[in-house]
Amino acid sequence: MLDQLCKKAFFKSLWLYHTNTGACNGCDIEVIDVLTPYYDAERFGIKLVGSPRHADVLICCGPVTRQVVPALKRLYEAVPDPKLVVAVGSCACGGGIWYDSYNIVGGVDAVLPVDYYIQGCPPRPEAILHGVAVALGLLDKQVKPEALRQLPDSSESIPIEKG
Amino acid sequence: MILSKLKQALICLLAGRATLPYPAKPHPPDEGFRGYPQVEVDKCIGCGACAAVCPARLIKIEDLDQNTRRITRLLERCIFCGRCAEVCPEDAITMTKQFELASDHARQDLTHVSEIFMATCRRCGRCYQPATPLDRIMQPGFRHDQIDRGGDQSLYEHVRPAAQPPENAPAAVGEDQ
Repeated sequence: MLDQLCKKAFFKSLWLYHTNTGACNGCDIEVIDVLTPYYDAERFGIKLVGSPRHADVLICCGPVTRQVVPALKRLYEAVPDPKLVVAVGSCACGGGIWYDSYNIVGGVDAVLPVDYYIQGCPPRPEAILHGVAVALGLLDKQVKPEALRQLPDSSESIPIEKG
Repeated sequence: MILSKLKQALICLLAGRATLPYPAKPHPPDEGFRGYPQVEVDKCIGCGACAAVCPARLIKIEDLDQNTRRITRLLERCIFCGRCAEVCPEDAITMTKQFELASDHARQDLTHVSEIFMATCRRCGRCYQPATPLDRIMQPGFRHDQIDRGGDQSLYEHVRPAAQPPENAPAAVGEDQ
């Protein structure tokens, strides 16, 4: 349903608002890199805007620190519907190496509903472009869950059945 | 005035196209890039060295029963440092060049579960692996409580629930042998 909604609501272009929720600036630099002429995310109609009220997509980099939670919630409410939240980087996806620190709430999904995750530490600019293409429905995602079991009497492993 | 504009236009035309045609054409990373850590489950001996050195502590090790050790990797948190590949005594982990890890459900898609067949100790009835120099460093890896905190428990639903620790270990060992 969300995909269809996106296709209807976002048929022209996506405007981004870029926010740092406690990142080391690695992911921020890669996001900026994607908008340079070499990688040129503006091919896909993507544009960085200066105000969350103009934005369709909230891009979050970094683990969510305890201080930034109220600001992040206000920011999310300031973005008009329909909106997407994209988590960029390992820290934003699940908390990274700080997932259980005393001042970290967790990944962005601990506070906001996240629609797309772009993994990497930091993700390559190509990885962010791939995430953009997945979000726009141009490419399929490349990852899937894996569950394998070793067998005692052979050197091969078999998938674990569900249920 | 017009001449200078024409000159600029000529420069722009001669410069050609600078933009990378990435999503249309693949653009593999350079040598030395560390991407998705690929685990060859057949080679794994379940020693736990990777769990001990992982900075993100995303590798969870638990013994399901006397013969099975389950290793769960929550790779959504992975920072691709490659230390697990470095310490693995069997070279079961390789850092691939796969970087296209975007997904809409990272916690499901980037989870790797493997069940390792282990030997059973005759005395205590638990899993063990042959003594190696890595015995010492594997100890801090058994930190289930911290990894479970805040995690999505529905993730483990499709795997068998963990068996209770054996109450009568010698009898269980007799069955196994």
